Amino acid sequence: MYAIPSIETEKTQSIIHQVNPHIQIKDLNVYVEDQHILKNINLEIPNNCITSIIGPSGCGKTTLLKTLNRLLDDSTEVKVTGSVLVNGEDIYGPDAEVTHIRKKMGLLSQKPFPLPMSIFDNIAYGPKIHGNRDKKSLQAIVERQLKNVGLWEEVKDRLDSSASKLSIGQQQRLCLARGLAVEPEIILGDESTSALDPISTQVIENLLIQLKQDYTIVLVTHILRQARRVSDYILFLYNGEVVEFGRSEDILLNPQNEITQQYVKGFIS
Amino acid sequence: MKKKAKNLLPVNYRLIKDLVIKNLSGVLLGICLLVIIAIVIGLSIKSEPLISTESLWNILSSSVWSPMKGNFGFLPFIMGTVWVTLISLVIAVPLCLAASVYLVEYAGNRLRNFVLPLVNVLAAIPPVLYGVWGVLFVVPLIGNYIAPLFGISTTGYSVFSGGIVLAVMIFPIMVSIMVEVLQTIPKELRSVSLSLGATKLETIQQVVLKKARPGIMAAIVLAVSRAFGETIAVLMVCGNIPKIPQSIFDAGYPLPALIANNFGEMMSIPLYDSALMFAALLLFIIILGFNLISRGILKRMEAKNI
Ligand SMILES: Nc1ncnc2c1ncn2[C@@H]1O[C@H](COP(=O)(O)OP(=O)(O)O)[C@@H](O)[C@H]1O
Ligand SMILES: [Mg+2]
Repeated sequence: MYAIPSIETEKTQSIIHQVNPHIQIKDLNVYVEDQHILKNINLEIPNNCITSIIGPSGCGKTTLLKTLNRLLDDSTEVKVTGSVLVNGEDIYGPDAEVTHIRKKMGLLSQKPFPLPMSIFDNIAYGPKIHGNRDKKSLQAIVERQLKNVGLWEEVKDRLDSSASKLSIGQQQRLCLARGLAVEPEIILGDESTSALDPISTQVIENLLIQLKQDYTIVLVTHILRQARRVSDYILFLYNGEVVEFGRSEDILLNPQNEITQQYVKGFIS
Repeated sequence: MKKKAKNLLPVNYRLIKDLVIKNLSGVLLGICLLVIIAIVIGLSIKSEPLISTESLWNILSSSVWSPMKGNFGFLPFIMGTVWVTLISLVIAVPLCLAASVYLVEYAGNRLRNFVLPLVNVLAAIPPVLYGVWGVLFVVPLIGNYIAPLFGISTTGYSVFSGGIVLAVMIFPIMVSIMVEVLQTIPKELRSVSLSLGATKLETIQQVVLKKARPGIMAAIVLAVSRAFGETIAVLMVCGNIPKIPQSIFDAGYPLPALIANNFGEMMSIPLYDSALMFAALLLFIIILGFNLISRGILKRMEAKNI
């Protein structure tokens, strides 16, 4: 008889995370209306790192990101084959529950999209959806997450006012806090700074660098300099295929593939 | 010198054109406003004889309508209009909301592209056809089947029939506006809610419909304005008895029907034409007031929401 631990303690869980990558992509293919958008993607995304997906526009970066939290499900003409394992569990498997999968991943979109409600409710929305009705605990979550993204001091006196009254940069930080409030393990960002001014961009980048201690982060970007600034790993995607994947400096300074070389030098964009 | 003069001419000409267009559109707008004011003044002058015989309050609150004896109480007509409009809204709003949510959020492209043009065709059907449909189908249905269920005997000519016919009539305009409103809500906003782990239903209830609320209200307001004024179809199925309806199975007599039915007849009765003009004025004021008030509410909602 072996003693099988019935409950994963925090310690064992963190060990598992170090050993197994959070996200493993196996033979992933995505078709949209008979177009082959993503071709045979095989990938392991390292934990507690920032992985940037780069590549020319239209190469499938957004699609790849959306397959990670099954946001493509709602489009009728989309077909996905292969598997994406999150913590070893296939999110496209028959038992996978989509709300559960999405809760594990915070999505930061291209432009901030505050929900049509107050600043407080924007952050409390996720926890409420997942059954948290306790006012005290919600207040604590809101405060913690706003502090997390450095927004607390700026908005603590107007938590009840509409989120759309904030500046774009503040809104994007609010959106990050909103995603963190459901306690995800992974943060997905799709060109999340492209609508922001340089200062807000820097704020978000620094936040993401801080957050990678606790989260696995996947960013889509078309700005090479941003990829250089923030990422530990870089994935170069071209025409729906993974051309090269590796440590950030290797890809940027010493790309093996000819297309990657051209892209990094700015010949293709 | 010469060069300058050459240059000046076309510039001036363009500026003049600009000026003419600007003033012309101002004048045209003025004419539109004048027509509206003229209507109000004309109706007021024509209704003056009635108003001068009795106090305004009496006219509006009395429920006795017997023109031969000089009794002109408008309450039955006001209540007839209110009943029919309310019934049509109670039927149409939930159905239209459900239909447009289904079309935008759940239906596939093919179904949507098939249904939406069809809805616009429905909007183009002349009201009298709806009236005929009401007489042939709705009235017997209510008189023979639905009312007996409640132990009530009626011919079927009732405010309920009017409400149903009206609901079907405002269906197209309501659905097409609501669909348009829902379609303007960015896909990414739905993605935000979904990626937080909300279900589709939660997303629709708590995010999409909330964001769409001002637009949905606008759709309802437009539909109500249409319902208030709708005449012929309602007139054909309502029964047109000048009594305050006590239940949905009672006959009613909406204001527009009163005008349409009696204008040009029985004009020998003293004050009768004045009373009809007063009815028209009343209708005008109700619709204007309703639009202004709802516009105010909408503005406040938009300021609060978005
Ligand atoms: N819903 C869709 N319908 C049709 N084509 C799509 C859809 N989504 C993406 N595509 C196509 O998939 C390809 C990749 O798109 P995307 O992932 O958005 O690229 P990227 O984010 O790298 O610019 C593009 O060629 C685009 O035209
Ligand atoms: Mg993209």
